[in-house]
Amino acid sequence: MTGIGAGLLLQLGLGALAVTSALLAAPSLRSRAGGILCTLIAVTGFVTGLDALLGATGGLLIPIALPMDPLLLAPDRLGGLFMLVVSGVGILVSLYSMSSTRGPDASRTAWVAMPVFLVGMQLVPAATDSVSFLLAWEIMTLGSTVLLLADHASRATVASAGIWYSAMSQLSFFFILAGFAVLAAASGGTSFTNLQAIEPGSWAANVAFVLFLLGFGGKAELVPLHVWVPRVLPEAPSHVSAAMSGAMVKIGVYGGLLVCVRLLPDGPAWWGIAIMLVGGASALYGILQASVSSDLKVLLAYSTTENMGLVFLGLGASMLLRGYDATAAADAALVAALLLAVSHAAFKSTLFLGAGAIIHATGERNLDRLGGLGARMPVTAAAFGIASLGAAAIPITSGFVAEWMLLQSLIHGGRQGGAVVSVAASVAMPLAVAVIALTAGLALLTFVKAYGIAFLARPRSAPAADAREVPPLMQLSLALGALSVLALGLLPGPIAALVANTVSSNPTAAVQSVGLGGVSLPGIGAVLDPIMLVVLSALVAIPVVVSIVVSARRHPHRTVDLPWGGGGSRARPRMQYTATSYAEPLVRVFDDVLKPSRDVQVTHVAESRYLVEKVRVEQHVSDVIETRLYRPVLNLFQRYGIVVRHVANGSIHRYLSYSFVALLIVLIVVSL
Amino acid sequence: MNAVVSAIIIAFVQVLLFVFLAPLLMGVIRQVRATIEGRAGAGIWQPWRDVRKLLAKNPVRAEGSSWMLKAGPVALMVSSLLLCVLLPLVGTIPFPSIPSDLFVIVSVMLIGVVALALVGLDGGTAFGGMGSSRHMTVAALVEPTLLLSVYALSIPAGTSTISAIVETRLFSPEVIISPVSVLALVALSIAIMAETARLPVDNPGTHLELTMLHEAMTLEASGRDLAWLEVGSWLKLAALLGLVSNLVVPWGVVTDFSALGLAIGVVSIAVKVLVLGVLLSVGEIFLAKVRLFQVPELLAGSFALAFLAVTASYLVA
Repeated sequence: MTGIGAGLLLQLGLGALAVTSALLAAPSLRSRAGGILCTLIAVTGFVTGLDALLGATGGLLIPIALPMDPLLLAPDRLGGLFMLVVSGVGILVSLYSMSSTRGPDASRTAWVAMPVFLVGMQLVPAATDSVSFLLAWEIMTLGSTVLLLADHASRATVASAGIWYSAMSQLSFFFILAGFAVLAAASGGTSFTNLQAIEPGSWAANVAFVLFLLGFGGKAELVPLHVWVPRVLPEAPSHVSAAMSGAMVKIGVYGGLLVCVRLLPDGPAWWGIAIMLVGGASALYGILQASVSSDLKVLLAYSTTENMGLVFLGLGASMLLRGYDATAAADAALVAALLLAVSHAAFKSTLFLGAGAIIHATGERNLDRLGGLGARMPVTAAAFGIASLGAAAIPITSGFVAEWMLLQSLIHGGRQGGAVVSVAASVAMPLAVAVIALTAGLALLTFVKAYGIAFLARPRSAPAADAREVPPLMQLSLALGALSVLALGLLPGPIAALVANTVSSNPTAAVQSVGLGGVSLPGIGAVLDPIMLVVLSALVAIPVVVSIVVSARRHPHRTVDLPWGGGGSRARPRMQYTATSYAEPLVRVFDDVLKPSRDVQVTHVAESRYLVEKVRVEQHVSDVIETRLYRPVLNLFQRYGIVVRHVANGSIHRYLSYSFVALLIVLIVVSL
Repeated sequence: MNAVVSAIIIAFVQVLLFVFLAPLLMGVIRQVRATIEGRAGAGIWQPWRDVRKLLAKNPVRAEGSSWMLKAGPVALMVSSLLLCVLLPLVGTIPFPSIPSDLFVIVSVMLIGVVALALVGLDGGTAFGGMGSSRHMTVAALVEPTLLLSVYALSIPAGTSTISAIVETRLFSPEVIISPVSVLALVALSIAIMAETARLPVDNPGTHLELTMLHEAMTLEASGRDLAWLEVGSWLKLAALLGLVSNLVVPWGVVTDFSALGLAIGVVSIAVKVLVLGVLLSVGEIFLAKVRLFQVPELLAGSFALAFLAVTASYLVA
């Protein structure tokens, strides 16, 4: 048995052990034992994935009694990359959950579901045939649903989120199943090698493409299938949200890549355009909703939609450019999309874990009631800050490198050797650049708001004022996450070269590592060396810092008890800007898209209507897509359900007569 | 001479020159405005005196303000200094592994934007938050214009490296007056005005709460904190004006290193930046600040120009 096969087997074994220990262990030991075993599962997955990413072959063959091919789990390089990403997030989450879980989050059911979820996620990228793919996919969905429902008894919103999640993930599964069915019918086999034989221009391929886009797009939180995200990710326990957003969503991306790069490469031009449109719309809509949200976890959930939108934008651009033989730019766009997925796993799981730490310390996830946490929770603040920089694509973090590469590929993709490649590309590329630019700008605002309101200034509520730093294991997990964000950003060269190996036939022509971990795109002629940038910043910072140190000795600072506040002597904490007021200008600017509902009630003093006693302002931004697209459909179903209630009213006589009629019809049909 | 050594010398000269020039530029802008408005004005060296005064004061910080109030001004200053190092101002000889790449430069500038916004929030007052919120909204809406206009300028050069763009314009000046370039430059100028908080987006001379953007964020800073915030913002303005002037009038910039060339480069960029500063100041006399919620319309207009420039350069050229 090869190393990969042994790794996969070990994972399954550890998974079974973790399930058993969750069932048998005493409640006091359950979290510790479960956390350690889940960490081991993730570490095994990490090593196995790394092995596959570096080019090792082999796998695990599972014979089954059904009359079809045995299940084969054998990740290729791309699968290995995603195993690595998923299990990397798994390590962070498992370490964190060891000390974060309490109450219903640490129940027996939740700890049974955790290893199932982790193993399921790691098996999907290892699958080499559609049956094992779908099987692993369902294990993953099942595990995550149970984990989400951990706290359903105490909060009604969790139950509602559970229903949305189940419905949307079953819809995704249906589309993916149908997609594989179409391909399998056309090719006569279920293994991926069989499916690859299909001509990408054929009708079967086109139908399957649409089905897959709907299915994987739903899992990857793309608009308009993202409606579960703002309900589910905030309601799930934070370590589960981190695993869902950091890892599970990447499986949706993997599905997209599997279809567009491995199974049906070189599809028609409209595939690329469709993916770019969906990706661009998701990126803009996601970040717009995130920027106006005051709930920290809703903000992070919508920002996930944004990031996945950018990943798909990159994928679509690479497909479009490949169609015009702009291979260097196409490869760079694809590598950028993958890097974005990898870096998103790092920074978003850290952000969700950071949000979990805030909830752990204060019980609040409403930014309007936080503030001043930086001084009270320094480690959480540092980790959240670094991850926010990554999410806002600021240099020396992972997010910046990926976005830089994507933009480089887009602005060089429109031309090939000085000639315009096509009219479509020369409109699509500038539009894509504009979408990315606006997205990046709004992401900046979003994360300045999230970090600045939560961690800076003065506490806006009593729980925030009494917050204490979280336990050491949670701190360790946060620190590891923040370090991975920095490492991916400082050493993009070797990482991008590894990633290029997974998707490009000629990786060294697309991406190379130069200098001290810098990255170069030889086909485009662009270079980025973050470490040199850090050295340069340090050099220019030296005189400034020296002068500050000298000046601080001569003129020490003075602390006063109140901020100046423009001369106001009563600047109370509740007079600070909140997250809602921070986003207010943006709500006004994008009024037409966001459709906020505003309610202003002015109570006058009884004696005079010129004097105001109090003003009450309520603003609510709802998801336009949910209210405009999903509500009508749901209402239709509800009306149908009410009608059907008369048909099935619980009377046993009526049901017997239905069976009788059904039997009659069957007999008549058979006899014809 | 070795390209790396000459790149280092040019970067060093650029930093020194602009640290000297930026307060002077502010002094010139304010003095020109005062003269035209019929006031005596404080003289062109007043910003230098202000900085000296601020550095010699004990900073006052409120209880509850964090390290951000100390580190933010430094971060803004470093980001502006990096702009002076990376942009082709005196010369176009880039560092080998850190070329003056468009996206790198924009994101280096964004570090300063973020630092300033966080300093604004850290004070824990309504003013700071208000300024920070408006500042970030404008910054977010400016970014598409900024990237697309330089994208349009980059197409004739075939690269997003700004020094290569300036060199292309130097060696084939017909590019400068092409319609694409003019459209892109107009868009870029509007974006830079918004980014550096000048009229008509922000009124740098006011302290009225309804109109404040930039000033509101610096209200809680004092002493050296305020000094770095001010110098950092001035440096950013000077460096971006230097970039625009080199895109419009690239002559005088050093492409092959020599002592005489360096001297010409230094003098020419100083003259160009100061002349542009005078033009800016005269232009601002005739402008009123637009309402905050009309700024997006202005920016949407500039975005349309930039987008037109990019697509035109693909379809026409």
